Amino acid sequence: MIRDITIGQYYPVDSPIHRLDPRVKLSGTMLFLISLFVFSGYLGYVIATVFVGCVIKLSKVPFRYIVRGLRPVFFLLLITLLFNLLLTRNGEEVFSFWIIHIYDEGVIMAALMAVRLVLLVIGSSLMTFTTTPNQMTDGLEKGLGFLKKIRVPVHEIAMMMSIALRFIPILIEETDKIMKAQQARGADFESGRLLQRAKALVPLLVPLFVSAFRRANDLALAMEARCYHGGDGRTKMKPLRYQKRDAAAYLILFAYLGTVIGSGFLFR
Amino acid sequence: MKKSMLSTNKLIFEYIRRDEEGNVESIARALDEVSLEVKRGEFVAILGHNGSGKSTVAKHINALLSPTEGTVIVNGMDTKDEEHLWDIRRSAGMVFQNPDNQIIATVVEEDVAFGPENIGVPTEEIWRRVEESLTAVGMTAYRSHSPNKLSGGQKQRVAIAGIMAMRPECIILDEPTAMLDPVGRKEVMRTVHELNKNEGVTILLITHYMDEVIDADRVIVMDGGKVVMQGTPKEIFSQVERLKEYRLDVPQVTELAYELKKEGVPLPDGILTVQEFKTAYCAAKAKLEGAFV
Repeated sequence: MIRDITIGQYYPVDSPIHRLDPRVKLSGTMLFLISLFVFSGYLGYVIATVFVGCVIKLSKVPFRYIVRGLRPVFFLLLITLLFNLLLTRNGEEVFSFWIIHIYDEGVIMAALMAVRLVLLVIGSSLMTFTTTPNQMTDGLEKGLGFLKKIRVPVHEIAMMMSIALRFIPILIEETDKIMKAQQARGADFESGRLLQRAKALVPLLVPLFVSAFRRANDLALAMEARCYHGGDGRTKMKPLRYQKRDAAAYLILFAYLGTVIGSGFLFR
Repeated sequence: MKKSMLSTNKLIFEYIRRDEEGNVESIARALDEVSLEVKRGEFVAILGHNGSGKSTVAKHINALLSPTEGTVIVNGMDTKDEEHLWDIRRSAGMVFQNPDNQIIATVVEEDVAFGPENIGVPTEEIWRRVEESLTAVGMTAYRSHSPNKLSGGQKQRVAIAGIMAMRPECIILDEPTAMLDPVGRKEVMRTVHELNKNEGVTILLITHYMDEVIDADRVIVMDGGKVVMQGTPKEIFSQVERLKEYRLDVPQVTELAYELKKEGVPLPDGILTVQEFKTAYCAAKAKLEGAFV
């Protein structure tokens, strides 16, 4: 059913990670991604991998589910692997055939790069697995609130994101309806070359845009009728408040960051 | 004498179309000297054909439109007064036709909270109001659902709850049932009547369904931007001929009674329900039989 589509890939279970304040998760993900690029030395990899492993365990998201999330980046992974393997010309040659020469450092580089990329993807998808889009917008609004001082319309952007989330399923349903209506009158969306198919989309897109604008107009009226006048003086039904567990999460995060950076200095 | 909730005095509204240089091309008068009054706690229905100006009146009461001439007073405040804009919108909430286009949040209870959030109600109070409003429209069981999975009637009840959470004295409903199926229509009308009776909320219902206005305290008929008839449902539906002039139908039972009366059956004017018709018809039959025997 088209109605059932979910945005993002939220995995609905109750876990300590799910319960964390979205701001913690947002900044945690950022810090983790940065940490992946600052460390050097094998120990850094071990620590980062163990850290991700622990977070996965805590989040109660099945490992299978997470691996499935790697699928879209599989080709990127493969290409980086091949490039590193084939183009590194340092160290001893371990394999040689025709124009292919593989050196031992190339193997190590490729393996480390792969680990780094996998950690990168898993690290960022863990956030979307454990945070609903709504929490994410709330977190962004509150977490980036300081940008308001330099006149970035943070509240408006967050509002736009949440309205978009609300209307995506409605517009998809509408697209479906228009498509069926046009097909009933002989429109053909499925055959022909690319250009023909693109042209066939025009009678679909025009009514869709018209109706989207009409909806936007109605929604604006309804919002005004409900006293919406921007973010000033607005209160929240579910305000974000840091709990003790969030402080603990921050502590763990900084401890991790410290060890990762420290490990680089220790084993140079 | 009950206090006045809202009133319009010689309200005129014109849509002015301008060409590229800003010269006036044409003026369409949507409202022509509309004067009406709604008292506190009343249930008033505005009836009219498409283009009769009934929705335009509604938008004026919520200060979404500003009158070209004349005044609109809501709860003692003039809608032209920018200062009172939010107070007016808070005390006269508005429910629109399309249930999809007025729900903002992705969770029912968060949508109900949208209004109170906008007017700066403290968090604990918001929770209390959301609870109360959802109970008032009977949607508590769905509070953590996504609005996309509700039926049209349920969505419209959520929209009404969203208005109720702002504690308005008056709710204006602009064809709230036009896009619903018969079940949804009954659901919404029952909710609106309950709010009127139990919570004492003044209701201004705009509709073109005749059967929805039967239970109203008073009916206002509009045509071509003017108020053409006013009175109790009984008074209005006694004048079948006149209603037809305004391209409005009467309820089926009323129509039947009217036709029978034209054929000589002695029935009273303005029969609105099947029950009423039954009693009146039996009486008439007894009278006729008495005359022949």
